[in-house]
Amino acid sequence: MSLDICIKITDRQGILHTIDAPTDMALNLMEVVRLYELVPEGTIGICGGMAMCASCQCYVQSSHLLPEITADEEAMLSEAVNVKPNSRLGCQIQINTEMDGLEVELAPEE
Amino acid sequence: MIKTDILIIGAGPTGLFAVFEAGLLKLKCHLIDALAEPGGQCSEIYPKKPIYDIPGYPEILAGDLTKKLLEQSKQFEPGFTLGERAETIEKQVDGSFVVTTNKGTKHSAPVVAIAGGLGSFEPRKPAIKNLSDYEDRGVAYIIKDPEVYRNKRVVIAGGGDSALDWTIFLSEVASNVTLIHRRTEFRGALDSVEKVQALKDNGNIDLITPAEVKGLYGKSKLDSISYSVLNEQEKHIKTDAFIPLFGLSPKLGPISNWGLEIDKNAIKVNNSLDYQTNIPGIFAIGDVNIYPGKLKLILCGFHEATLMCQAAYKIINPGKRLVLRYTTVTGIDGFDGTRKEATKSVVKSID
Repeated sequence: MSLDICIKITDRQGILHTIDAPTDMALNLMEVVRLYELVPEGTIGICGGMAMCASCQCYVQSSHLLPEITADEEAMLSEAVNVKPNSRLGCQIQINTEMDGLEVELAPEE
Repeated sequence: MIKTDILIIGAGPTGLFAVFEAGLLKLKCHLIDALAEPGGQCSEIYPKKPIYDIPGYPEILAGDLTKKLLEQSKQFEPGFTLGERAETIEKQVDGSFVVTTNKGTKHSAPVVAIAGGLGSFEPRKPAIKNLSDYEDRGVAYIIKDPEVYRNKRVVIAGGGDSALDWTIFLSEVASNVTLIHRRTEFRGALDSVEKVQALKDNGNIDLITPAEVKGLYGKSKLDSISYSVLNEQEKHIKTDAFIPLFGLSPKLGPISNWGLEIDKNAIKVNNSLDYQTNIPGIFAIGDVNIYPGKLKLILCGFHEATLMCQAAYKIINPGKRLVLRYTTVTGIDGFDGTRKEATKSVVKSID
């Protein structure tokens, strides 16, 4: 049985999308954004999810407990633009049932 | 003017494999790439990362795949225009195309295959509002000639390999080098990090972390910058040059102005027939194209390159028929005079 969680994603135009994200497909947040085509293909997940570009940068607005920032993600965020204290790379956030109600805003395109 | 049969834009895995397939049909290729090395994303973004879905290779590092592809097409003697971005395309009266790079190098070919992946890699620019006003007036994103900085004051920003490497190099050339980075941690080869640490400890460079460059100042050219540590009050330092080194990000770039049909940041092709675009003679193969069912996989790029070459042959040799031949049967005759072939089985009677 698939368990969906609810995620609120504000896209780059400021439009809020409330979407159901599956937790049984081993998706990360960047892939969820692509699954729902919230931004044009080719403007997100450019490196494929290796934390080697910042095209999936987002700002986490809720207080959910998320996976810790790895050294790779930290290093990428230190070089990216438009970085805020609540910046994360979507590709490094694996969706799980604990994240129900997560609220994020996508960072502007570089 | 560089003349070739198939002009390939993009020297990533798809473009490199196209050289091999074209070679089998006796077609010569020339590749243009904005990066200084062949390999595209495989060399630029993830050379040390493994790929598991290349047929025949249970595991191969992206950088090694590039090496293998170069080796595979070597006997077909591809030409390279590296470190230059394809800028304009003009159709000639004879139906051929002339592609000119940003440095003015001209290439002529009857067939153009765009294997541009995600586009050309452009330097990532920090968000400083008057940054572009100082481009070529003290601000540079790529160091072409380090001698420009001899006995000058230089500020470098960034925390990756290129920021570290150029800090080390310019510490010997410039009168003063300041490295500013947003974090205290650097991402680079351990050796480089240690060298920069030593330079700092010995007072050869100024290291300012965690800090960000905030403003640029100067009348006709850059003469100082301001930075702030942890958003505290901004401080100014005099400098002749500011070099932000924040890595590269891909942009479709000038190709998007070539009159090709674009959809979702990719070039539309005629389904999966031969990957020709809306302009006859121009093909798009690999990650740069889009058609129903498209998958951005290296192995799909190889297939697309192969079919493109068949169609290119027909354009270049009108009326000539082409029969599919197997390399195992025919061997490979390189343009360099080499021949590879299967060893013949020996026919000898046994007494």
